[in-house]
Amino acid sequence: MALNRDYIGRTYPAPAPYEVSRVKIREFAAAIGDQNPIYRDPEAARAAGHPDVVAPPTFPIVFSLSGAGEAFADPELGLDYSMVVHGMQRFEYARPVYAGDELLCTSTISEIRSVGRNEMLTIKSDVTTVAGEPVCTTYNTLVERGGAA
Amino acid sequence: MTSTVKYDQIEVGHEIPAVDYPVHRVNLVMYAGASGDFNPIHWNERHAQAVGLPDVIAHGMFTMAQAGRFVTDWAGDPGAVVDYGVRFSSMVVVPDNEAGAVISVSGVVEEKLDGNLVVLALTARSGDARVLSRARATVRLA
Repeated sequence: MALNRDYIGRTYPAPAPYEVSRVKIREFAAAIGDQNPIYRDPEAARAAGHPDVVAPPTFPIVFSLSGAGEAFADPELGLDYSMVVHGMQRFEYARPVYAGDELLCTSTISEIRSVGRNEMLTIKSDVTTVAGEPVCTTYNTLVERGGAA
Repeated sequence: MTSTVKYDQIEVGHEIPAVDYPVHRVNLVMYAGASGDFNPIHWNERHAQAVGLPDVIAHGMFTMAQAGRFVTDWAGDPGAVVDYGVRFSSMVVVPDNEAGAVISVSGVVEEKLDGNLVVLALTARSGDARVLSRARATVRLA
């Protein structure tokens, strides 16, 4: 089933700020097999010029789709999540994510289009601190296999 | 927050040698837990095969993280990465055995920009497949 184009431009704020913890960064770094001390040790991070432990570049995937989950589950959008694969992903960083950050994430359905038999849906998420400082913008393109057939 | 690589010493065409990153099932289980992506295609071969996949496949974001690690290890500081994007072009199939799978990542400096920025073009392969395409990282050098 084709996705509902009326959803292009709709915006979904995350329900609550995401609190970045040293423990979660350490867990994520371990999961990707990266032993860099800057992801674990506050002293190593400070020695490299950072205020606290740094998150790996792909860490924002942990929280950046929390608001858009509401859209994915909305039957009016018409997305069959069991047929979804990840098509593309991009991060633009204003600065790294640090332990101690409290981040707000607002997701917008920026594009829906058909490519062959598939439907492609792109979510743009703007991530800022609770004080409004820009941190990063993420672009997540999902492919619904067979959705346009 | 500074790269250990000097902008003036890097030219377009500079090649960064390939690094192999092994992947076993346990890595995918750990990644599912850390990322919150519990899609069973990444840990349950019965489910993966039922939806037409050859076997369990790695999360695309796991592969992107390995190529990201390649970039941050080269740059010397994860804070030096200002833009990073990929397209997922093929699957990393991870069998339940001792060998598992291997993701091999290499890179080349494709462009030098103002502000000490360089654009890396990344190649990621697993077996015969190119698993990322249009993979680019923009890094601020010293």
